[in-house]
Amino acid sequence: MSNIHVEARQVVVPGQILATGMDHLPGDNTFRREEEIVAKRLGTVGTDGRVIKVTPLNGPYFPRVGDKIIGKVYDILMSGWRINTGSVYPAMLPVRDASNKFVKSENLRNLLDIGDFCVVKITKVSSQNMVDVGMRDPELHRLEGGRVIKINCNKVPRVIGKMGSMIGLIKKQTNADITVGQNGLVWIRADTPENEYRAENAIKIVNEHAHQSGLTEKVEAYLNGVQ
Amino acid sequence: MAYNKRLDGRKTKELREMEARSGVIPNADGSAYFRVGNTVVYVAVYGPRPAPRFLANPTKGILRFHYNMMPFSGYGSRIRPGHKRRSQEIGKVMTGALEPVVDLSKYPNTIVDVFVELPQTDAGTRCAAISASSIALADAGIPMTDMVASVAVGQVDGTVVADLTYNEEAYDAIVSDIPVAVIHGSKEISLLQMDGEIKKEDLITALDMAVEVTEEIHRLQVEALTKRFMVE
Repeated sequence: MSNIHVEARQVVVPGQILATGMDHLPGDNTFRREEEIVAKRLGTVGTDGRVIKVTPLNGPYFPRVGDKIIGKVYDILMSGWRINTGSVYPAMLPVRDASNKFVKSENLRNLLDIGDFCVVKITKVSSQNMVDVGMRDPELHRLEGGRVIKINCNKVPRVIGKMGSMIGLIKKQTNADITVGQNGLVWIRADTPENEYRAENAIKIVNEHAHQSGLTEKVEAYLNGVQ
Repeated sequence: MAYNKRLDGRKTKELREMEARSGVIPNADGSAYFRVGNTVVYVAVYGPRPAPRFLANPTKGILRFHYNMMPFSGYGSRIRPGHKRRSQEIGKVMTGALEPVVDLSKYPNTIVDVFVELPQTDAGTRCAAISASSIALADAGIPMTDMVASVAVGQVDGTVVADLTYNEEAYDAIVSDIPVAVIHGSKEISLLQMDGEIKKEDLITALDMAVEVTEEIHRLQVEALTKRFMVE
């Protein structure tokens, strides 16, 4: 006999018992303690078939293979760049994964300089959380102009929305190019400074009210109201 | 003269009035405010961040506490600011109290710093600080297997009481003060210290009392964490 003790999307705290019995499986941010499935982080509960998981509300970004992130170059090495990922672990971008062209080691600065932001994809994470990133896909590049803001990385799915609906709305209403990194860094560039500011505020509204419903209406109201 | 009536009129098992909030310091990764009677504590959590080389552990992250009573916080004379034997010790025992529940195995070579500041104190500071740290660590999104609540129990002139005030600790009789931290789910004790004297039977009663009254603190901790995310 298996029982779920919480409702869907309920906020749970670490140590809270989510379910008893062996019919369910512990998913992300949960663990099994004998018969019970217990939450490991502050977050909202969700079920995916038999799997019970907790979606965190807060907390640091953790690098995962395949994530598209926005990083900041903070050092240049002999054959690559060291990039701040917004998590506690920095990433390494080797020259061979950055460009199809041959780049001499003394010319690395021409491609990416210290302080530059770039969109990169995580290609490898070691057991000690050493991160390798690549920049060779067409959507990965150095970021020029615009502004970079930081939001809570756990709110990124809300900023993007279902099938990109939320970000699509903001892009359309503000005429801005927006790239959202999985690590919570967002790059915005619009045709005018006013539009850039509006896009930034719209994203901040999503970030602050991500756990509430009726978010799209709230953002729409803001974007229409200021115009 | 037995201690039949408590100085502030509470029942033996009754805790002082408590208040808890999470996310009170925007700059921190996680934070909490906790007040029990006249003891007030603020906790700020920063991290996980890169650990200094000499501390770094390649198998798991480190938890480190910085406990500090502010110069004007106590009764009577000013508390000399700065690093002290006492604050270092309390930082150490607090690490011991929270370490069994905090799981930093996924964060090798990092450190989580927990800063505990007490602007006003009236006994039971380490207990208030542990209860608050538990809220702040959960608020910072640190993986934890459980919550820890803490309270001081003890004996004043033969009467077993919970949550002693400074005046009770200083009562002119045989007194004991036992800070206890209880892991909520398993009811395991992760901190146990004692000052003074107590009879064996009384100690057992006191520890049972601690386990019982920490339930109330745990309810408050859960409320402090979840209330912020409730949709109106």
